[in-house]
Amino acid sequence: MSINMTIIGQIISFVIFVLICMKYVWPPLTAALAERQKKIAEGLDAADKAGRELEAAQQSVEAELQESKARAAELIEQANKRANQIIDEAKASAQSEGDRIKAAAEAEIEQEVNRAKEALRSQVAILAVAGAEKILGASVDMKNHQELVDELAAEL
Amino acid sequence: MASGTITSSEYITHHLTNLTYGNHPDKGWIFAENGQEASEMGFMAINVDSMLWSVGLGIVFVWLFAKIAKNATTGVPGGAQNFIEMIVEFVDDNVKSVFHHKNSIIAPMALTIFVWVFLMNLMDLIPVDWIPHAAALAGIHYMKIVPSTDLNVTLGLALAVFILIIFYSIQQKGIGGFLAELSLQPLGKWALPFNLFLELVGLIAKPISLALRLFGNMYAGEMIFILIALLPFWAQWLLSVPWALFHILIITLQAFIFMVLTIVYLAMAHDHH
Repeated sequence: MSINMTIIGQIISFVIFVLICMKYVWPPLTAALAERQKKIAEGLDAADKAGRELEAAQQSVEAELQESKARAAELIEQANKRANQIIDEAKASAQSEGDRIKAAAEAEIEQEVNRAKEALRSQVAILAVAGAEKILGASVDMKNHQELVDELAAEL
Repeated sequence: MASGTITSSEYITHHLTNLTYGNHPDKGWIFAENGQEASEMGFMAINVDSMLWSVGLGIVFVWLFAKIAKNATTGVPGGAQNFIEMIVEFVDDNVKSVFHHKNSIIAPMALTIFVWVFLMNLMDLIPVDWIPHAAALAGIHYMKIVPSTDLNVTLGLALAVFILIIFYSIQQKGIGGFLAELSLQPLGKWALPFNLFLELVGLIAKPISLALRLFGNMYAGEMIFILIALLPFWAQWLLSVPWALFHILIITLQAFIFMVLTIVYLAMAHDHH
């Protein structure tokens, strides 16, 4: 166990190994590590950004959806209003049409009644005259008694 | 288990002796045949096993990491790249939390220290007899495969760190600034010799403690593995398995401590007081 030249050999080999390590080992490895670190940082940044964009997109989708819902509700409201209006109009026009038809029918009926009355009246007058002739036994001069008959007919 | 022909103490000594090649005063340039001869060689000798294993493991480290780094993708990393990146990030975090100056050497050096020391310590977990036996069969008498149980190796690392400490202290503060830091605190200029003594001890203690901490832990751990290997073969697992599991923690921790203290010392060298 004595100190000898091994110590010098050891120093020399140590220096050589350190130099090799400095030149061929350390720089490429630390460069690779730094590069990877950078890549990872960039990746994380990108992920962050994408997350934020996604959130913004979701928010805009939400807003859009809200707006379309409101629009749809508005449209339905309008349609309902319009439908009610149409129904009301239809009701009104049906009502007036009915009234008109009814009035026309009533007028016609009255006309018919009047006409029937007229006819009946003249018939009654003729029958009355014929009856009177039979009773009196003589014919009643229609001309002379026209006035009387008309009066009679009017009274009926 | 030691073979019957050698004693336990010979077995332990054998396992703790490096394969040393050097200039013996009497025999010239030879492989030392025992520890005695290795110490007689003095400084003009080299622990061949420590050098081969440490350089081999260093090559494994730079080869593996450079290969992964070359093919590193910035997309989803594969298993191997992921593992390597984990280590690199771990080291980088430690460097960034302690060292706040601009210096492109510190982080790669911390990584080198952490992984290399860890790999050297890891050799401790290979059963103590396998490779020495294989070496013996190949005719190599000594083979100590854990480089960090060789004080030369840990002290070499620590001295390299120490040289950097001195270098950056002077580079950052100037020679005057560095000397002032060594001599004018903690007690002011009237206690200059005392300050100088205190600071120099503190300065020298840095590499020494760095080297001895790692060496001591690994040497003691290896020693315990060797002692366990002396037990009867059917009883060894009872101790070696728990100790190996515990040792996984120790070798990682020692590599980590060596790295962190290196960073701290160099950060102190950069700091102005």
